[in-house]
Amino acid sequence: MEMNQQYLDMFIEESKEHLQACSDLLLELEKNPNDISIVNEIFRSAHTLKGMAATMGFEDLADLTHKMENVLDAIRNEKIKVDSNLLDIVFESVDHLEAMITDIDSGGNGKRDVSEIVEKLKAIEAGKPIPSSTPVQQEIAADVAVEEEISAGRYLIYDEYDITVLQQSKEQGFNAYEITVSLRQDCLLKAARVYMVFQVLEKCGEVIKSFPTVENLEEEQFDQNFQVAFISKDSAEEIQKKVSKVSEIENVDVVPLTDEMVRKSSREEIVKKERQQQELEKVTQAPAQEKKEEPAKKETNASKHSAHSKTIRVSIERLDILMNLFEELVIDRGRLQSIATDVKHGELTETVERMSRTMGDLQNIVLTMRMIPIETVFNRFPKMVRSLSRELNKKINLDIIGAETELDRTVIDEIGDPLVHLIRNSVDHGIESPDVRKAKGKPEEGTVTLRAYHSGNYVFIEIEDDGAGINKEKVLKKAIERGIVTKESALSLTDKQINELIFESGFSTAEKITDVSGRGVGLDVVKTTIQSLGGSISIESQQDVGSKFSIQLPLTLSIISVMLVEIEKEIYAIPLSSIIETSIIKKSEILNAHNQKVIDFRGKVVPLIFLDEVFEVPRSEAYDDEYQSVVIVRKGDKLAGLVVDSFIGQQEIVLKSLGNYLKNIFAISGATILGNGQVALIIDINALMK
Amino acid sequence: MVTVAEQDSIKVIVFQLMDKEYAIPVSHVQGIEKMMYITRVPRTEKFVKGVINLRGVVTPIIDLRERFGLPPVENTESVRIIIVQLDDIEVGFVVDSANDVIDIPVNSIEPQPEVVGVKEEAFISGVSKIGNRLLILLHLDKVLNLSE
Repeated sequence: MEMNQQYLDMFIEESKEHLQACSDLLLELEKNPNDISIVNEIFRSAHTLKGMAATMGFEDLADLTHKMENVLDAIRNEKIKVDSNLLDIVFESVDHLEAMITDIDSGGNGKRDVSEIVEKLKAIEAGKPIPSSTPVQQEIAADVAVEEEISAGRYLIYDEYDITVLQQSKEQGFNAYEITVSLRQDCLLKAARVYMVFQVLEKCGEVIKSFPTVENLEEEQFDQNFQVAFISKDSAEEIQKKVSKVSEIENVDVVPLTDEMVRKSSREEIVKKERQQQELEKVTQAPAQEKKEEPAKKETNASKHSAHSKTIRVSIERLDILMNLFEELVIDRGRLQSIATDVKHGELTETVERMSRTMGDLQNIVLTMRMIPIETVFNRFPKMVRSLSRELNKKINLDIIGAETELDRTVIDEIGDPLVHLIRNSVDHGIESPDVRKAKGKPEEGTVTLRAYHSGNYVFIEIEDDGAGINKEKVLKKAIERGIVTKESALSLTDKQINELIFESGFSTAEKITDVSGRGVGLDVVKTTIQSLGGSISIESQQDVGSKFSIQLPLTLSIISVMLVEIEKEIYAIPLSSIIETSIIKKSEILNAHNQKVIDFRGKVVPLIFLDEVFEVPRSEAYDDEYQSVVIVRKGDKLAGLVVDSFIGQQEIVLKSLGNYLKNIFAISGATILGNGQVALIIDINALMK
Repeated sequence: MVTVAEQDSIKVIVFQLMDKEYAIPVSHVQGIEKMMYITRVPRTEKFVKGVINLRGVVTPIIDLRERFGLPPVENTESVRIIIVQLDDIEVGFVVDSANDVIDIPVNSIEPQPEVVGVKEEAFISGVSKIGNRLLILLHLDKVLNLSE
């Protein structure tokens, strides 16, 4: 089978959407086991998936989906009752399907040994003596029918959804037609003609479906002919006349669409009847919403034509290129700005200022274009929490708030694993087992809340549970045991500091190592990952009430605001996000405390870090100044004063990596290119204050 | 390191350090630049001079004299930075001068002569005698290896 990369990408994308829909719906089904409409929806997703997989030639995928579908079918026909054990197996199949898709995505052939799960599915199915084989045969028959249709020159294939729409429109007095339009051989602007035909059609009715799809039509990926399924109150002749008026059209063929042409299997008819009512509401009231609910249909459903022109899919690579080009511009802007300041030319300064403003707007747009909702990370958690809670025999409800919150793609890519870790942590260590909870007077079902929201230039993600909270004595004991703190210093720790101890490396409080957590990877890894993203993590906890982990992340990673400072002739950049303020102090204000130079900053004792010493800056002559420039920076609750020679100013810079050769350089997180073309290093405050 | 085994000659860039001539296969060379401003990177090995802005890419610079334990010299007009790429690493080598691109027959490459106590010996993959010139072929892997 010819496997066009373009179709493959589309297939993978859509399959993922369908599988996600399946797991979401399965979770919902578990809560409302008697709601047949949910089963129908799952069935529909699975059915589409099966169709796509078969078309693309992924037999194993199609086969497993098919078995799963049979079980769903049995549920739908109330031959099997829904329970958790059954859902476990269905979930397992979805996992297998996911693994196959991942394999295909990474270039594999999607083959996987699924005999075990297939057996299980068959067993469920066979538990009922109902003729479960009948739908299978019908399915095959339908597939054959489809093939025959194609060979007979009809290209339109109707799925259950289309059939329902057609059925309803007939009931409302519309006529359904299949229109075949042939363009003239010498037609130059095929897409334009298609567009005109659609315009004519949409004036007198509604296009249900087209072959090729609307996208392909717009991109002129067809020969001379295309077909549409169309509903209208007009007669066939009228339509034919109207369409023929569009120039450069050779022939228009309008055929009434009969039920026989549409109907392919009795199975689909059942679905149709059951769904009729709810589909009607969707079709008539909420076409926009429907698009969201049925992502699969959006490619083929021409009735959403208008919605298509508003959004386009752009590959991530192109956005990355755009971002890179924009970064180049930011560097050049910096250069222009410094030139303008040097030459003091009025008009030039004005133009540069104008350009800077426009670029500010452009930057916002480029950045928001790269934003994707955190939903893409969050949506795998419900299933994970479900399986974890079953594994641990706990009752847990996962609440997700703010899944639509948007974050830069680079951050999204990185944040998944830390979140998985934190949620596992909450489920395993946080939430108690039902009887313990009962004894404590809490509801048996524990709640884990996952919350995301924007605030300022940051995104906050919180993981909150109403579980046991942090046992301070236990944490302290462990910390002393592991040598993280000494007995003496432990006494002076605040509650907050004790809580923070769990982020130290080599710390794990799980009393017994479970499958869920305690794999030797501690929360310190989570903390490091988040810090490497320029974020921070903190914890609040109250014993027996619950814990809350708060993660603060920057909206974007590639362009940041910094303060440029100078030491001798070297320029360093300090991220604005960690700066509290700058100040100039007299040398006499510097005090000595245990070999550590400190200053009194607004009543607080703040240690000084002399950057020229830390960075071993070569001094041509001893630096001695009555006044010292100090940048007060913050890491969590800790403050420090960075002593520099002078401040240069604030600037937006583009973050660049130092490359693969120079790795793990102390207290340097990256580099940037300044207006004058030179490289300046960016100081890593977190490392500096360790 | 010489990947073009089936060919009977390889094209190399010839550069000079002190009075000796060295060679790097052209396939690893991205370009030759004049000396430009180098930003020092603190707390790195002494032979890492710092980083430069190579058309928007921050590129580390290694001083080959320092790397081979040769005495430093003042920067002169002829000093060049040879941009070298090996796998996913891109660095620049500071050399006294880069003068030539020549083809050397593969069969003219001999193993390095035994010299004791010279630091650069570890970085040599072979020597080639072309006429009256002796070219020293470098072992890029070892030159770039930071852990020794």
